[in-house]
Amino acid sequence: MDRATVEPAGQRDAAGAAEDRVDLQALLADSQVRQVLDELDRDLIGLKPVKTRVRDIAALLLVERARAQLGLAGGSPSLHMSFTGNPGTGKTTVALRMAQILHRLGYVRKGHLVAVTRDDLVGQYIGHTAPKTKEVLKKAMGGVLFIDEAYYLYRPENERDYGQEAIEILLQVMENQRDDLVVILAGYADRMQTFFRSNPGLSSRIAHHVEFPDYSAAELESIAETMLAQMQYRLSPSALQALREYIPLRMAQPHFANARSIRNALDRARLRQANRLFASGAGTLTREALMTIEAEDIRASRVFG
Amino acid sequence: MRITQGTFSFLPDLSDAEIRAQIEYALANGWAISVEYTDDPHPRNYYWEMWGQPMFDLRDAAGAMQEVLACRSAHPHLYVRVNAFDSTRGFETTRLSFIVNRPKDEPGFSLTRQEAEGRTLRYTLSSYATAAPEGRRYR
Repeated sequence: MDRATVEPAGQRDAAGAAEDRVDLQALLADSQVRQVLDELDRDLIGLKPVKTRVRDIAALLLVERARAQLGLAGGSPSLHMSFTGNPGTGKTTVALRMAQILHRLGYVRKGHLVAVTRDDLVGQYIGHTAPKTKEVLKKAMGGVLFIDEAYYLYRPENERDYGQEAIEILLQVMENQRDDLVVILAGYADRMQTFFRSNPGLSSRIAHHVEFPDYSAAELESIAETMLAQMQYRLSPSALQALREYIPLRMAQPHFANARSIRNALDRARLRQANRLFASGAGTLTREALMTIEAEDIRASRVFG
Repeated sequence: MRITQGTFSFLPDLSDAEIRAQIEYALANGWAISVEYTDDPHPRNYYWEMWGQPMFDLRDAAGAMQEVLACRSAHPHLYVRVNAFDSTRGFETTRLSFIVNRPKDEPGFSLTRQEAEGRTLRYTLSSYATAAPEGRRYR
């Protein structure tokens, strides 16, 4: 983070050097970006490469701001991104944080996130697509446009598909109105690969390709604990053991969607807990009983069957 | 004759930066922006042509500004105005409306006097520009 302090020293005399300096730490404190980065570290488990990349981008923007203060115009960097990763790896969550970070660093003016899919961009008949795409783009200006499952925009099997039109409008705006919005394309890694291969113009306009790795079993466990804490539940020691056995079993099953599968599993466990409390016929329940998920709530899952 | 309709019309024409700031103000109030143009600037002509649809859910002036500039370059010789519509119950009306483009040459209005019963006089205004058929005004 101390890249900028290196630069101004040297050939200048002492009087000139004072105006040639900029306090990067003050800029950092001023932008409050550290809080967002710390929150990112705290709230999101795992995702090492993603966090490093977000830090890199934050550092770049901060240095860019420092340079601007000294009158070194580098032109605003292109910040369009692609997020690739399996389902449930936190792409949307990180995109939301990204919008906040870019806003605090003054790269986007408003810092809101507009999340869209193919349906929001592509029309159903001739002449419908362009106004639709432009409307979405206008709404996203000043913030971040997040296109989920972006590869659906391009349907090579149908040469008359209107998706291509949407891509072209998107490209134009990505190139000409970099100051107005940041576009994030998201989707599963392999399909994004083919998407970018068939749309080289799009790929070359995206500076940051961020890959979201799958979570390990240990990470999923701490994700589960965080989620439960947010929902004001807790696991009994035996339930924790059951969850530890559950996670690898679920990971081995088809349609495993990382954190999303874990959330669903927890939701079902809550359901079973509620059922169990009803069936027990107890008149009064303690706070403890209402908060605790027992091993049987988890072991009833079909994964163990 | 310089036409004075809507907000700011007694001020010099707004610059693009000033238009943008006004749009930003309207958006901050949660108003929807629309752009309209006309070649018939009669003060009682409420129905100007719509330049695209009103823009709801905008957060930033950039999108609306883009439409203002597009409308202006498509109709450089006509009147263009920006409206800000407030959908709050009880208002449900335009809260701000200002001209952002006007023809170079504004011929103004003629006052016609009609003699009616007795010595009653009825007055009516008509724009010199509208004497020409639609599409051939303000060339």
